[in-house]
Amino acid sequence: MSGEEFQILGFTLGMAALAMVAILPPGLALAWLLARRTFPGKAVLETLVALPLVMPPVATGLFLLRLFGRRSALGRFVHDRLDVDVIFTWRGVLVAMAVMSLPLFVRSARVAFEEVPLRLEQIARTLGASPVRAFVTVTLPLAARGLTAGLLLAFARALGEFGATIVVAGNIPGRTQTLALAIYQLIQLGRDDAAVRLCLAAAGLAFVALFTSERLLRRRPS
Amino acid sequence: MKRLLLPLALGAWFVLPAVPTAAVELNVSAAASLTDALQEIVHAYEASCGDHILLNLGASSLLARQIEEGAPADLFLSADEAKMDSLAKKGLVLAGTRKSVLGNTLVVVVPLDSKLKISAPADLVSSSIRALALAEPQTVPAGIYAKEYLQKLGLWRKVIDRVVPTENVRAALAAVESGNADAGIVYQTDAEISHKVKVAYAVSEAEGPKISYPFAALAASRHPQETRRFLAYLSSPPALDVFRRFGFLVISGPAAHP
Repeated sequence: MSGEEFQILGFTLGMAALAMVAILPPGLALAWLLARRTFPGKAVLETLVALPLVMPPVATGLFLLRLFGRRSALGRFVHDRLDVDVIFTWRGVLVAMAVMSLPLFVRSARVAFEEVPLRLEQIARTLGASPVRAFVTVTLPLAARGLTAGLLLAFARALGEFGATIVVAGNIPGRTQTLALAIYQLIQLGRDDAAVRLCLAAAGLAFVALFTSERLLRRRPS
Repeated sequence: MKRLLLPLALGAWFVLPAVPTAAVELNVSAAASLTDALQEIVHAYEASCGDHILLNLGASSLLARQIEEGAPADLFLSADEAKMDSLAKKGLVLAGTRKSVLGNTLVVVVPLDSKLKISAPADLVSSSIRALALAEPQTVPAGIYAKEYLQKLGLWRKVIDRVVPTENVRAALAAVESGNADAGIVYQTDAEISHKVKVAYAVSEAEGPKISYPFAALAASRHPQETRRFLAYLSSPPALDVFRRFGFLVISGPAAHP
Protein backbone atom coordinates (compact mmCIF):
# COMPACT_ATOMS: atom_id res chain seq x y z
CA MET A 1 0.00 0.00 0.00
CA SER A 2 1.19 3.51 -0.81
CA GLY A 3 1.53 6.38 1.64
CA GLU A 4 -1.62 7.88 0.23
CA GLU A 5 -3.53 4.68 0.91
CA PHE A 6 -2.23 4.58 4.47
CA GLN A 7 -3.33 8.16 4.93
CA ILE A 8 -6.85 7.23 3.76
CA LEU A 9 -6.90 4.22 6.06
CA GLY A 10 -5.68 6.24 9.03
CA PHE A 11 -8.15 9.03 8.37
CA THR A 12 -11.06 6.60 8.13
CA LEU A 13 -10.07 4.76 11.32
CA GLY A 14 -9.59 8.04 13.17
CA MET A 15 -12.90 9.48 12.05
CA ALA A 16 -14.77 6.27 12.91
CA ALA A 17 -13.15 6.22 16.35
CA LEU A 18 -14.08 9.87 16.92
CA ALA A 19 -17.63 9.08 15.81
CA MET A 20 -17.78 6.34 18.45
CA VAL A 21 -16.69 8.82 21.12
CA ALA A 22 -19.40 11.17 19.89
CA ILE A 23 -22.22 8.61 19.94
CA LEU A 24 -21.29 7.00 23.24
CA PRO A 25 -23.03 9.46 25.61
CA PRO A 26 -26.26 9.94 23.62
CA GLY A 27 -26.26 6.27 22.65
CA LEU A 28 -25.99 5.07 26.24
CA ALA A 29 -28.68 7.50 27.38
CA LEU A 30 -31.08 6.46 24.61
CA ALA A 31 -30.44 2.75 25.11
CA TRP A 32 -30.97 3.03 28.86
CA LEU A 33 -34.18 5.02 28.40
CA LEU A 34 -35.53 2.44 25.95
CA ALA A 35 -34.50 -0.48 28.13
CA ARG A 36 -35.52 0.74 31.55
CA ARG A 37 -38.22 3.38 31.23
CA THR A 38 -41.71 3.58 29.88
CA PHE A 39 -42.92 6.93 28.71
CA PRO A 40 -45.37 8.32 26.17
CA GLY A 41 -43.94 8.28 22.66
CA LYS A 42 -41.42 5.56 23.45
CA ALA A 43 -42.36 3.54 20.38
CA VAL A 44 -41.99 6.65 18.23
CA LEU A 45 -38.56 7.44 19.68
CA GLU A 46 -37.53 3.83 19.18
CA THR A 47 -38.51 4.01 15.52
CA LEU A 48 -36.86 7.39 14.98
CA VAL A 49 -33.59 6.13 16.37
CA ALA A 50 -33.66 3.11 14.07
CA LEU A 51 -34.58 5.13 10.98
CA PRO A 52 -31.06 5.78 9.61
CA LEU A 53 -30.55 2.02 9.66
CA VAL A 54 -33.12 1.41 6.98
CA MET A 55 -33.41 4.72 5.13
CA PRO A 56 -31.35 5.18 1.98
CA PRO A 57 -28.09 6.65 3.33
CA VAL A 58 -28.19 9.42 0.73
CA ALA A 59 -31.58 10.46 2.11
CA THR A 60 -30.07 10.80 5.55
CA GLY A 61 -27.25 12.68 3.85
CA LEU A 62 -29.65 15.16 2.30
CA PHE A 63 -31.34 15.68 5.66
CA LEU A 64 -27.97 16.41 7.28
CA LEU A 65 -26.98 18.66 4.37
CA ARG A 66 -30.11 20.71 4.94
CA LEU A 67 -29.55 20.73 8.68
CA PHE A 68 -25.91 21.84 8.58
CA GLY A 69 -25.82 23.70 5.25
CA ARG A 70 -25.13 27.41 5.24
CA ARG A 71 -28.75 28.15 4.35
CA SER A 72 -30.09 26.56 7.53
CA ALA A 73 -30.33 28.37 10.86
CA LEU A 74 -27.90 25.98 12.51
CA GLY A 75 -25.46 26.05 9.61
CA ARG A 76 -25.53 29.83 9.42
CA PHE A 77 -25.00 30.08 13.16
CA VAL A 78 -21.88 27.91 13.23
CA HIS A 79 -20.56 29.55 10.08
CA ASP A 80 -21.10 33.16 11.13
CA ARG A 81 -20.50 32.92 14.87
CA LEU A 82 -17.99 30.14 15.24
CA ASP A 83 -16.47 30.39 11.77
CA VAL A 84 -16.92 26.67 11.38
CA ASP A 85 -18.17 24.79 8.32
CA VAL A 86 -19.56 21.29 8.57
CA ILE A 87 -20.34 20.69 4.92
CA PHE A 88 -17.33 19.64 2.80
CA THR A 89 -15.08 19.29 5.86
CA TRP A 90 -13.98 16.44 8.14
CA ARG A 91 -16.75 17.50 10.53
CA GLY A 92 -19.20 16.40 7.85
CA VAL A 93 -17.56 12.98 7.75
CA LEU A 94 -17.86 12.78 11.52
CA VAL A 95 -21.53 13.77 11.55
CA ALA A 96 -22.41 11.31 8.78
CA MET A 97 -20.58 8.43 10.45
CA ALA A 98 -22.07 9.20 13.86
CA VAL A 99 -25.66 9.44 12.64
CA MET A 100 -25.40 6.33 10.50
CA SER A 101 -23.86 4.18 13.21
CA LEU A 102 -25.85 5.41 16.22
CA PRO A 103 -28.84 3.09 15.62
CA LEU A 104 -26.67 -0.02 15.59
CA PHE A 105 -25.10 0.95 18.89
CA VAL A 106 -28.41 1.87 20.53
CA ARG A 107 -29.99 -1.43 19.51
CA SER A 108 -27.14 -3.51 20.89
CA ALA A 109 -26.77 -1.39 24.02
CA ARG A 110 -30.48 -1.63 24.74
CA VAL A 111 -30.35 -5.42 24.66
CA ALA A 112 -27.26 -5.34 26.85
CA PHE A 113 -29.05 -3.20 29.43
CA GLU A 114 -32.18 -5.36 29.30
CA GLU A 115 -30.11 -8.44 30.08
CA VAL A 116 -28.90 -6.97 33.36
CA PRO A 117 -31.28 -8.33 36.04
CA LEU A 118 -33.30 -5.48 37.46
CA ARG A 119 -33.09 -7.21 40.86
CA LEU A 120 -29.34 -6.57 41.12
CA GLU A 121 -29.87 -2.86 40.57
CA GLN A 122 -32.60 -2.86 43.19
CA ILE A 123 -30.36 -4.62 45.69
CA ALA A 124 -27.69 -2.00 45.14
CA ARG A 125 -30.30 0.69 45.71
CA THR A 126 -31.58 -0.89 48.95
CA LEU A 127 -27.98 -1.05 50.15
CA GLY A 128 -27.92 2.71 49.82
CA ALA A 129 -26.41 3.31 46.39
CA SER A 130 -27.68 6.33 44.51
CA PRO A 131 -29.28 5.64 41.10
CA VAL A 132 -26.14 6.95 39.39
CA ARG A 133 -23.87 4.84 41.55
CA ALA A 134 -26.02 1.75 40.97
CA PHE A 135 -25.80 2.40 37.23
CA VAL A 136 -22.04 2.91 37.23
CA THR A 137 -21.10 0.10 39.61
CA VAL A 138 -23.72 -2.53 38.77
CA THR A 139 -25.47 -1.96 35.41
CA LEU A 140 -22.52 -0.71 33.39
CA PRO A 141 -20.04 -3.48 34.32
CA LEU A 142 -22.65 -6.19 33.77
CA ALA A 143 -23.58 -4.77 30.37
CA ALA A 144 -19.99 -4.01 29.37
CA ARG A 145 -19.57 -6.94 26.99
CA GLY A 146 -22.76 -6.19 25.12
CA LEU A 147 -21.95 -2.49 25.01
CA THR A 148 -18.48 -3.13 23.61
CA ALA A 149 -19.88 -5.54 21.05
CA GLY A 150 -22.41 -2.90 19.98
CA LEU A 151 -19.77 -0.23 19.77
CA LEU A 152 -17.61 -2.45 17.56
CA LEU A 153 -20.55 -3.13 15.30
CA ALA A 154 -21.24 0.60 15.02
CA PHE A 155 -17.53 1.20 14.38
CA ALA A 156 -17.56 -1.29 11.52
CA ARG A 157 -20.61 0.42 10.07
CA ALA A 158 -18.93 3.83 10.33
CA LEU A 159 -15.83 2.55 8.53
CA GLY A 160 -17.88 1.68 5.47
CA GLU A 161 -20.14 4.73 5.44
CA PHE A 162 -20.58 6.08 1.91
CA GLY A 163 -23.97 7.48 0.97
CA ALA A 164 -24.44 10.09 3.66
CA THR A 165 -20.75 11.00 3.68
CA ILE A 166 -20.50 11.83 0.00
CA VAL A 167 -23.51 14.14 0.27
CA VAL A 168 -22.44 15.92 3.44
CA ALA A 169 -18.66 15.92 3.19
CA GLY A 170 -18.03 15.52 -0.52
CA ASN A 171 -15.18 13.38 -1.79
CA ILE A 172 -12.12 15.55 -1.26
CA PRO A 173 -8.81 13.69 -1.45
CA GLY A 174 -6.69 14.32 1.61
CA ARG A 175 -9.47 16.10 3.46
CA THR A 176 -12.73 14.19 3.51
CA GLN A 177 -11.91 11.10 1.50
CA THR A 178 -12.63 7.95 3.49
CA LEU A 179 -11.99 4.36 2.52
CA ALA A 180 -15.35 3.92 0.82
CA LEU A 181 -15.09 7.20 -1.09
CA ALA A 182 -11.53 6.43 -2.19
CA ILE A 183 -12.59 3.03 -3.50
CA TYR A 184 -15.40 4.68 -5.47
CA GLN A 185 -13.02 7.22 -7.00
CA LEU A 186 -10.43 4.58 -7.88
CA ILE A 187 -13.11 2.59 -9.71
CA GLN A 188 -13.93 5.68 -11.77
CA LEU A 189 -10.26 6.27 -12.48
CA GLY A 190 -9.98 2.68 -13.66
CA ARG A 191 -7.32 1.92 -11.05
CA ASP A 192 -8.83 -1.37 -10.02
CA ASP A 193 -5.61 -2.71 -8.46
CA ALA A 194 -5.52 0.10 -5.92
CA ALA A 195 -9.29 -0.19 -5.41
CA VAL A 196 -8.94 -3.90 -4.67
CA ARG A 197 -6.14 -3.21 -2.18
CA LEU A 198 -8.38 -0.79 -0.29
CA CYS A 199 -11.32 -3.21 -0.54
CA LEU A 200 -9.20 -5.89 1.08
CA ALA A 201 -8.15 -3.49 3.81
CA ALA A 202 -11.82 -2.59 4.40
CA ALA A 203 -12.79 -6.26 4.47
CA GLY A 204 -10.00 -7.03 6.91
CA LEU A 205 -10.97 -4.25 9.29
CA ALA A 206 -14.66 -5.13 9.12
CA PHE A 207 -13.84 -8.78 9.73
CA VAL A 208 -11.83 -8.06 12.85
CA ALA A 209 -14.52 -5.73 14.24
CA LEU A 210 -17.39 -8.13 13.54
CA PHE A 211 -15.49 -11.19 14.73
CA THR A 212 -14.59 -9.53 18.02
CA SER A 213 -18.14 -8.28 18.39
CA GLU A 214 -19.54 -11.79 17.92
CA ARG A 215 -17.04 -13.29 20.36
CA LEU A 216 -18.00 -10.74 23.00
CA LEU A 217 -21.68 -11.50 22.60
CA ARG A 218 -21.18 -15.22 23.07
CA ARG A 219 -22.02 -16.10 26.64
CA ARG A 220 -19.15 -16.44 29.02
CA PRO A 221 -18.82 -20.11 30.13
CA SER A 222 -20.10 -20.07 33.70
CA MET B 1 -68.45 -19.00 -24.36
CA LYS B 2 -66.53 -19.09 -21.11
CA ARG B 3 -64.52 -22.01 -22.38
CA LEU B 4 -63.37 -19.97 -25.31
CA LEU B 5 -62.06 -17.10 -23.21
CA LEU B 6 -58.89 -18.74 -21.97
CA PRO B 7 -57.64 -19.97 -25.36
CA LEU B 8 -58.52 -16.58 -26.79
CA ALA B 9 -56.58 -14.78 -24.12
CA LEU B 10 -53.65 -17.12 -24.57
CA GLY B 11 -53.87 -16.67 -28.31
CA ALA B 12 -53.76 -12.92 -27.92
CA TRP B 13 -50.77 -13.28 -25.64
CA PHE B 14 -48.83 -15.15 -28.29
CA VAL B 15 -49.98 -13.08 -31.23
CA LEU B 16 -49.46 -9.60 -29.80
CA PRO B 17 -45.66 -9.57 -29.65
CA ALA B 18 -45.59 -10.94 -33.18
CA VAL B 19 -47.38 -7.89 -34.57
CA PRO B 20 -44.64 -5.93 -36.31
CA THR B 21 -43.82 -3.05 -34.03
CA ALA B 22 -40.99 -0.61 -34.49
CA ALA B 23 -40.89 0.49 -30.87
CA VAL B 24 -37.65 -0.46 -29.17
CA GLU B 25 -35.93 0.69 -26.01
CA LEU B 26 -32.66 2.50 -26.43
CA ASN B 27 -30.25 2.96 -23.56
CA VAL B 28 -28.55 6.30 -23.85
CA SER B 29 -25.63 7.13 -21.57
CA ALA B 30 -25.29 10.89 -21.54
CA ALA B 31 -23.12 13.48 -19.83
CA ALA B 32 -24.84 15.12 -16.86
CA SER B 33 -24.52 18.56 -18.45
CA LEU B 34 -26.88 17.48 -21.24
CA THR B 35 -29.68 16.52 -18.82
CA ASP B 36 -32.28 19.22 -19.33
CA ALA B 37 -31.90 19.71 -23.07
CA LEU B 38 -31.93 15.96 -23.66
CA GLN B 39 -35.04 15.39 -21.59
CA GLU B 40 -36.89 17.83 -23.77
CA ILE B 41 -35.51 16.37 -26.99
CA VAL B 42 -36.28 12.81 -25.90
CA HIS B 43 -39.82 13.79 -25.04
CA ALA B 44 -40.39 15.13 -28.53
CA TYR B 45 -38.64 12.18 -30.16
CA GLU B 46 -40.63 9.56 -28.27
CA ALA B 47 -43.86 11.27 -29.27
CA SER B 48 -42.86 11.29 -32.92
CA CYS B 49 -41.54 7.76 -33.41
CA GLY B 50 -42.63 5.60 -30.50
CA ASP B 51 -39.18 4.31 -29.52
CA HIS B 52 -38.38 4.58 -25.83
CA ILE B 53 -35.24 6.36 -24.81
CA LEU B 54 -33.84 5.48 -21.41
CA LEU B 55 -31.42 8.15 -20.24
CA ASN B 56 -28.56 7.19 -17.97
CA LEU B 57 -27.16 10.54 -16.88
CA GLY B 58 -23.90 10.99 -15.05
CA ALA B 59 -20.30 12.03 -15.28
CA SER B 60 -18.90 10.96 -18.65
CA SER B 61 -16.04 9.25 -16.82
CA LEU B 62 -18.41 6.98 -14.92
CA LEU B 63 -20.51 6.31 -18.02
CA ALA B 64 -17.43 5.41 -20.06
CA ARG B 65 -16.35 3.05 -17.31
CA GLN B 66 -19.77 1.38 -17.27
CA ILE B 67 -19.66 0.95 -21.04
CA GLU B 68 -16.16 -0.55 -20.83
CA GLU B 69 -17.51 -3.07 -18.35
CA GLY B 70 -20.24 -4.07 -20.75
CA ALA B 71 -23.19 -2.01 -19.57
CA PRO B 72 -26.00 -2.35 -22.12
CA ALA B 73 -25.81 1.06 -23.75
CA ASP B 74 -26.73 1.88 -27.34
CA LEU B 75 -25.50 5.42 -27.49
CA PHE B 76 -22.86 7.45 -25.68
CA LEU B 77 -23.09 11.23 -25.50
CA SER B 78 -19.82 12.31 -23.91
CA ALA B 79 -18.77 15.69 -22.57
CA ASP B 80 -15.23 15.27 -23.79
CA GLU B 81 -13.37 13.75 -26.69
CA ALA B 82 -10.90 11.85 -24.49
CA LYS B 83 -13.58 9.57 -23.02
CA MET B 84 -14.86 8.74 -26.48
CA ASP B 85 -11.29 8.21 -27.71
CA SER B 86 -10.65 5.62 -25.04
CA LEU B 87 -13.84 3.74 -25.94
CA ALA B 88 -13.00 3.93 -29.65
CA LYS B 89 -9.53 2.55 -28.95
CA LYS B 90 -11.13 -0.47 -27.32
CA GLY B 91 -13.35 -1.03 -30.35
CA LEU B 92 -16.54 -0.22 -28.45
CA VAL B 93 -17.75 2.53 -30.77
CA LEU B 94 -19.76 1.73 -33.89
CA ALA B 95 -17.53 2.80 -36.76
CA GLY B 96 -18.55 5.88 -38.68
CA THR B 97 -21.14 7.11 -36.22
CA ARG B 98 -19.00 9.46 -34.13
CA LYS B 99 -19.84 13.10 -34.49
CA SER B 100 -19.19 16.24 -32.47
CA VAL B 101 -22.03 18.69 -32.81
CA LEU B 102 -22.12 20.63 -29.58
CA GLY B 103 -19.77 22.93 -27.77
CA ASN B 104 -19.88 24.67 -24.42
CA THR B 105 -18.04 27.27 -22.38
CA LEU B 106 -17.07 27.55 -18.74
CA VAL B 107 -18.41 30.16 -16.34
CA VAL B 108 -17.66 31.02 -12.74
CA VAL B 109 -20.83 31.09 -10.67
CA VAL B 110 -21.62 32.31 -7.17
CA PRO B 111 -24.80 31.95 -5.08
CA LEU B 112 -27.48 34.46 -6.04
CA ASP B 113 -27.19 36.24 -2.68
CA SER B 114 -23.39 36.23 -2.64
CA LYS B 115 -21.61 39.46 -1.77
CA LEU B 116 -18.26 38.29 -3.13
CA LYS B 117 -16.66 40.50 -5.74
CA ILE B 118 -15.46 38.19 -8.45
CA SER B 119 -15.07 39.47 -11.96
CA ALA B 120 -11.73 38.13 -13.15
CA PRO B 121 -9.69 34.95 -12.75
CA ALA B 122 -7.34 36.60 -10.23
CA ASP B 123 -10.27 37.06 -7.83
CA LEU B 124 -10.56 33.28 -7.47
CA VAL B 125 -7.54 33.20 -5.15
CA SER B 126 -9.26 35.57 -2.71
CA SER B 127 -9.32 34.09 0.77
CA SER B 128 -13.02 34.83 1.05
CA ILE B 129 -13.59 31.84 -1.21
CA ARG B 130 -13.33 28.95 1.18
CA ALA B 131 -14.91 26.31 -1.03
CA LEU B 132 -14.64 26.33 -4.81
CA ALA B 133 -16.81 23.62 -6.30
CA LEU B 134 -15.89 21.89 -9.50
CA ALA B 135 -16.49 18.48 -10.95
CA GLU B 136 -13.85 15.91 -10.02
CA PRO B 137 -10.75 17.28 -11.82
CA GLN B 138 -9.10 13.95 -12.55
CA THR B 139 -11.95 12.14 -14.21
CA VAL B 140 -15.02 14.23 -14.93
CA PRO B 141 -14.79 16.33 -18.11
CA ALA B 142 -16.16 19.55 -16.58
CA GLY B 143 -13.57 19.24 -13.82
CA ILE B 144 -10.76 18.42 -16.24
CA TYR B 145 -11.68 21.49 -18.29
CA ALA B 146 -11.82 23.69 -15.18
CA LYS B 147 -8.45 22.43 -13.95
CA GLU B 148 -6.96 22.95 -17.41
CA TYR B 149 -8.26 26.51 -17.40
CA LEU B 150 -6.86 27.31 -13.95
CA GLN B 151 -3.54 25.67 -14.77
CA LYS B 152 -3.22 27.70 -17.92
CA LEU B 153 -3.55 30.85 -15.82
CA GLY B 154 -1.16 29.58 -13.17
CA LEU B 155 -3.91 29.61 -10.51
CA TRP B 156 -4.47 25.92 -9.96
CA ARG B 157 -1.91 25.47 -7.19
CA LYS B 158 -3.19 28.57 -5.41
CA VAL B 159 -6.77 27.35 -5.22
CA ILE B 160 -6.25 23.60 -4.89
CA ASP B 161 -6.64 23.64 -1.11
CA ARG B 162 -10.09 25.06 -1.44
CA VAL B 163 -11.32 22.95 -4.32
CA VAL B 164 -14.34 20.79 -3.54
CA PRO B 165 -14.47 18.08 -6.20
CA THR B 166 -17.98 16.84 -6.89
CA GLU B 167 -19.51 13.78 -8.49
CA ASN B 168 -20.39 15.55 -11.70
CA VAL B 169 -20.89 19.08 -12.95
CA ARG B 170 -24.49 19.27 -11.72
CA ALA B 171 -23.36 18.47 -8.21
CA ALA B 172 -20.91 21.39 -8.41
CA LEU B 173 -23.79 23.62 -9.46
CA ALA B 174 -25.93 22.30 -6.58
CA ALA B 175 -23.14 23.00 -4.09
CA VAL B 176 -23.09 26.64 -5.18
CA GLU B 177 -26.90 26.85 -5.25
CA SER B 178 -27.09 25.66 -1.65
CA GLY B 179 -24.47 28.22 -0.61
CA ASN B 180 -22.19 25.53 0.76
CA ALA B 181 -19.61 26.42 -1.85
CA ASP B 182 -18.72 30.10 -2.23
CA ALA B 183 -18.11 29.77 -5.95
CA GLY B 184 -17.98 27.13 -8.62
CA ILE B 185 -16.85 26.53 -12.16
CA VAL B 186 -19.53 24.98 -14.33
CA TYR B 187 -20.67 25.05 -17.92
CA GLN B 188 -22.47 28.06 -19.30
CA THR B 189 -25.43 25.74 -19.91
CA ASP B 190 -25.64 24.75 -16.25
CA ALA B 191 -25.60 28.37 -15.12
CA GLU B 192 -28.41 29.10 -17.52
CA ILE B 193 -30.86 26.57 -16.08
CA SER B 194 -30.30 27.62 -12.46
CA HIS B 195 -32.24 30.38 -10.77
CA LYS B 196 -30.19 30.20 -7.62
CA VAL B 197 -26.79 31.20 -8.97
CA LYS B 198 -25.45 34.16 -10.88
CA VAL B 199 -22.59 34.22 -13.31
CA ALA B 200 -19.61 36.08 -11.82
CA TYR B 201 -17.82 36.01 -15.15
CA ALA B 202 -17.64 33.87 -18.25
CA VAL B 203 -14.35 32.29 -19.23
CA SER B 204 -13.17 33.92 -22.41
CA GLU B 205 -12.72 31.88 -25.55
CA ALA B 206 -9.00 32.64 -25.58
CA GLU B 207 -8.37 31.47 -22.03
CA GLY B 208 -10.80 28.60 -21.84
CA PRO B 209 -10.35 25.07 -23.11
CA LYS B 210 -12.12 23.91 -26.22
CA ILE B 211 -15.15 21.94 -25.14
CA SER B 212 -16.93 19.62 -27.51
CA TYR B 213 -19.44 16.80 -27.06
CA PRO B 214 -18.84 13.73 -29.20
CA PHE B 215 -21.88 11.52 -29.81
CA ALA B 216 -21.56 7.95 -31.09
CA ALA B 217 -23.48 4.71 -31.39
CA LEU B 218 -21.89 1.81 -29.55
CA ALA B 219 -20.73 -1.41 -31.17
CA ALA B 220 -22.60 -3.52 -28.61
CA SER B 221 -25.97 -2.00 -29.51
CA ARG B 222 -28.62 -4.54 -30.36
CA HIS B 223 -30.62 -1.93 -32.23
CA PRO B 224 -28.08 -0.25 -34.51
CA GLN B 225 -30.71 0.97 -36.91
CA GLU B 226 -32.87 2.66 -34.28
CA THR B 227 -29.77 4.01 -32.58
CA ARG B 228 -28.58 5.64 -35.80
CA ARG B 229 -32.02 7.12 -36.26
CA PHE B 230 -31.95 8.76 -32.84
CA LEU B 231 -28.36 9.87 -33.38
CA ALA B 232 -29.38 11.56 -36.62
CA TYR B 233 -32.27 13.21 -34.83
CA LEU B 234 -29.88 14.70 -32.27
CA SER B 235 -28.23 16.79 -34.97
CA SER B 236 -31.47 17.65 -36.77
CA PRO B 237 -32.68 21.27 -36.74
CA PRO B 238 -35.41 20.75 -34.09
CA ALA B 239 -32.96 19.11 -31.69
CA LEU B 240 -30.26 21.68 -32.33
CA ASP B 241 -32.78 24.42 -31.60
CA VAL B 242 -33.36 22.92 -28.18
CA PHE B 243 -29.65 22.58 -27.51
CA ARG B 244 -29.13 26.21 -28.55
CA ARG B 245 -31.95 27.34 -26.31
CA PHE B 246 -30.20 25.70 -23.36
CA GLY B 247 -27.01 27.62 -24.16
CA PHE B 248 -24.99 25.05 -26.10
CA LEU B 249 -22.85 26.14 -28.99
CA VAL B 250 -23.54 24.29 -32.19
CA ILE B 251 -20.27 23.50 -33.90
CA SER B 252 -19.80 21.79 -37.22
CA GLY B 253 -17.54 18.82 -37.55
CA PRO B 254 -15.36 17.33 -34.86
CA ALA B 255 -13.60 19.91 -32.75
CA ALA B 256 -9.94 19.76 -31.90
CA HIS B 257 -8.98 17.52 -29.05
CA PRO B 258 -8.95 19.48 -25.78
